[in-house]
Amino acid sequence: MSVETKQLNCINCPMGCLLTVTLEDGKVTNVTGNTCPRGETYAHQELTDPQRMLTSTVSIEGGELPLLPVVSKTTLPKGKILDCAMALRSVHVKAPVKTGDVIVKDILGLGVDIVASRDM
Amino acid sequence: MGEQLYDIIIVGGGPAGLSAAYSAWQNGAKEILVLERDREAGGILQQCIHNGFGLHHFKEELTGPGYAQRCYDLVKDKPEIKILVDTMVLNIGQDKTVTAVSPEHGLMKVKGKTIILTMGCRERTRGAIRIPGYRPAGVFTAGAAQRMVNMEGYLPGKKIVILGSGDIGLIMARRMTLEGCKVQAVLEICPFSNGLTRNMVQCLYDYDIPLYLSHTITAIHGKDRVSGITAAKVDDHMKPIPGTEFDIDCDTLLLSVGLIPENELSRGLGIAMHPLTNGPIVDQHRETSIPGIFAAGNVVHVHDLVDFVSEEAEIAGKYAALKAQEQLPEDVADIAVEAIDEVRTCVPQHVRATAEGETIRLFMRVRKPMKKVRLTVKSGDDTLLTKVLPVAKPSEMIAVNVPAAKAKGHHADWTVSVKEEA
Amino acid sequence: MTKQADVVVIGGGITGTAILHELSKYNLRAVLVEQEPELAAGTTKGNSAILHAGFDAPTGSMKALMNVEGNAMYHELKDELDLEIRWSGSYVAALDDEQVDVLKELLARGQANGVPGLKIVSGDEMREEEPNVSKDIKAALFAPTAGICWPFGLALAFAENAVINGAEVIRDCKVTDIIVEDGAVKAVETDQGTIETKYVINAAGVHADDISRLAGDDSFTIKPRRGEYILFDKTAQKDLVYSPIFPTPTKMGKGILVCATTHGNVFVGPNAQDLPEDDKDDTAVTIPGMDEILDKARRLVPNIPVGATITEFSGVRAVSNTGDFIVGPSEKTTGLLHAAGIQSPGLTSAPAIAKKLVNLIVSETGASAKSDYKKGRPAQPCFRMMLDADQKALIAKDPRYGRVICRCETITEGEIVDAIHRPVGARTVDGVKRRTRAGMGRCQGGFCGPRVTQILARELNIPVTEVRKEMRNSYMFYNKESGGKA
Repeated sequence: MSVETKQLNCINCPMGCLLTVTLEDGKVTNVTGNTCPRGETYAHQELTDPQRMLTSTVSIEGGELPLLPVVSKTTLPKGKILDCAMALRSVHVKAPVKTGDVIVKDILGLGVDIVASRDM
Repeated sequence: MGEQLYDIIIVGGGPAGLSAAYSAWQNGAKEILVLERDREAGGILQQCIHNGFGLHHFKEELTGPGYAQRCYDLVKDKPEIKILVDTMVLNIGQDKTVTAVSPEHGLMKVKGKTIILTMGCRERTRGAIRIPGYRPAGVFTAGAAQRMVNMEGYLPGKKIVILGSGDIGLIMARRMTLEGCKVQAVLEICPFSNGLTRNMVQCLYDYDIPLYLSHTITAIHGKDRVSGITAAKVDDHMKPIPGTEFDIDCDTLLLSVGLIPENELSRGLGIAMHPLTNGPIVDQHRETSIPGIFAAGNVVHVHDLVDFVSEEAEIAGKYAALKAQEQLPEDVADIAVEAIDEVRTCVPQHVRATAEGETIRLFMRVRKPMKKVRLTVKSGDDTLLTKVLPVAKPSEMIAVNVPAAKAKGHHADWTVSVKEEA
Repeated sequence: MTKQADVVVIGGGITGTAILHELSKYNLRAVLVEQEPELAAGTTKGNSAILHAGFDAPTGSMKALMNVEGNAMYHELKDELDLEIRWSGSYVAALDDEQVDVLKELLARGQANGVPGLKIVSGDEMREEEPNVSKDIKAALFAPTAGICWPFGLALAFAENAVINGAEVIRDCKVTDIIVEDGAVKAVETDQGTIETKYVINAAGVHADDISRLAGDDSFTIKPRRGEYILFDKTAQKDLVYSPIFPTPTKMGKGILVCATTHGNVFVGPNAQDLPEDDKDDTAVTIPGMDEILDKARRLVPNIPVGATITEFSGVRAVSNTGDFIVGPSEKTTGLLHAAGIQSPGLTSAPAIAKKLVNLIVSETGASAKSDYKKGRPAQPCFRMMLDADQKALIAKDPRYGRVICRCETITEGEIVDAIHRPVGARTVDGVKRRTRAGMGRCQGGFCGPRVTQILARELNIPVTEVRKEMRNSYMFYNKESGGKA
């Protein structure tokens, strides 16, 4: 059985707690340093399947601006963020768009929609 | 014929201006005018397309444009609130006459019973921090680059070095990476980062972008366009240490070296300013030294959370509305609020106490990063509030309420202290 | 491109543009070539912006002659070309008795040079006019005919008038060779083609010796000498000084001065650093240089507003091996005329140098004066200086004058568009800045730089990615790269 410890910063809130995580055979068995339960959840998630929100822009025709800001509806696998961002660089939409409108459905087959983050 | 008279004229239609307008409306102001110099309301948030806004204020995680949209939706289509965009305020007179100009309406003069200053802040530039070397193209403030990338659709460059680890610098490191650029390094002159830990993780560590603490730039290379920079380690006095220099190849240098409240109009008015916040000295209602002129948001002191900007602007909006309706309660004492020990700045700088008392919200910044500190607010020898905080950082504003029951009657000057617990 | 000209002026700084202005009064086909996209991109943009009275240079030198004559000419030209000049007078301050003796020498020399109105005043008399100068100043030489100016504006005014009168300015045009046959100039080769001409006027600043060599004349060399400056925000220490305040000069030059610009900013500088001859355009700024400037400036004016620094910059001056200006025909090559080694007081001397050289060509060729020569240049609207009624009228005519682009200096879109479409109009972001002051303020173009870039692209009908900051390859922005499939 292999036992290792890792340190990471919780990103749930501005506190940024420094977590010390004990892993046994790659499984999280202990978390210290967190000041709230979210820290423990974060440590589990981060060390098994790290997730991030994605924000970027897509080009838009007929809007007040040439770009429309967009956001992933929920988190995406951290390892796929760069691929998703690259994919968004060739997306074009037409105005008008409302906040929350789906801009890309099920991006890269990851089951997450990319939505508009403002009206335009 | 005189100028049109408004209850409240709000200078700046960013989150502070919009939040102030909504709060003023809620508090009975009938004629509210918001003057915004950009092509639309929302201010700097429109270019801050990342998420992390609104957790306190809207109880939901929003992007910058999403937050701006929420603020705007609250005030649009209200007959009492008029928003003029593409309109620059040129001057404000002591008599609260505002001179502004726009392509659509030309030169206009309007008068307010009260005015709220919500002009926000601007970025410190290369000149202000003295970086030696050439003056080529490719040196941008991080915010200017952010606007170009997120709103106009152009890149400031492809191979980037960022000076300063404030949140805008960190956010731009990730943003440029997502746009396919290579961020070579982030340099920070302080021995600690000036950004939020969550931004360090999500913007730098996630993409293996090197962060050099206690480093600065000693030369910019390239006569036409940036071709590289020389970095060096700094000593305890932030002076470069000879022999530690190394070159970094890049075509772009982004500067994220601090924000300065934009107070040219305030200075023109002769409003009393605070030397450390670089903003107007205000009371708990955010009224400045000139009666009837209020100020809120980054123009008063630079915030790290827009949620607090909105909160502060709502205070200003409410009391400006009451003042315009001549309903502002009489004050019975003017109490100084002094920042002491590790507190660098505290807003408001004074409290105009009323007979019945009111809850006083204090916003403060500390001088250095600390763990486990005790925050104490005293009036003379009486402790009004004391609490222990697990961490305190210069980059994160601390906000506390002194409840009305505690504040009432304590007319000796206040001190606000933060000290490390033994 | 192959074109014919009577005279080709090489270099679009203050000297070259003043020469072109003078040439345009005659029936001569005059062409000016400048290697950068903008005029006044070299020494003319990095100097002390002072129109000197003329007491510094040795009596009888070309510098002394040109300075005194040039100064007098600017007093006439100010109204004719609507130049931004304030006749502020200047002081040379003495801190001890030895320096007071030097003032007396300067006074005598100035009088010999023909400088009017010079007088030595006591320290107290000076402080009555300039209350912020050091208590240690014992006496000062006051020169009433000195002034401060907006140097790029002067060069642009000369060029605009010349172009209105038929002269041509070709920018982004680097001279690659000068064709000489039988000892006489035949043509100028550039990266935009050949210009056949009998006369070449060499006004190439720090590169004047290189140009001269191309035409077979290696009779002089130019050494680059860099001077650094620090500029302060105009809201800080308003009225710190009214006139330029010089220290007592030394062998190294006029020294580090404290001065105001015509727009009310204070600046200090320059120091003097000799550069290697293979790097004539090294306009970097250095930390030791800036420390030196501040240290010396404080001896004259203790309360320098360091906290309000908005930028540091430097300029390179062309120092000839003769120590004097080289103004006149080449002794080696027929048709080549030099305006070389033009360091201080070059800005002041430019119109006199122009007149001297153009007179030579006119007398040789017998060219006649243009009967339809037009004085002046199109008025340049300046929104912030206008009365309310005029502002209203201007916006009514063109609503773009109601849109403020540069917030620090209150510069409108209308003014920027005008700057782009004027004769020899702005092509770059810094070109707009020099013509309008957009980006000259405390935020240094942070807000307006990108917007000015977009206006330039729109008005010049070029992509945003083709807009430059100032120099040949100083591109501002890149296109976003497109990605893969979503």
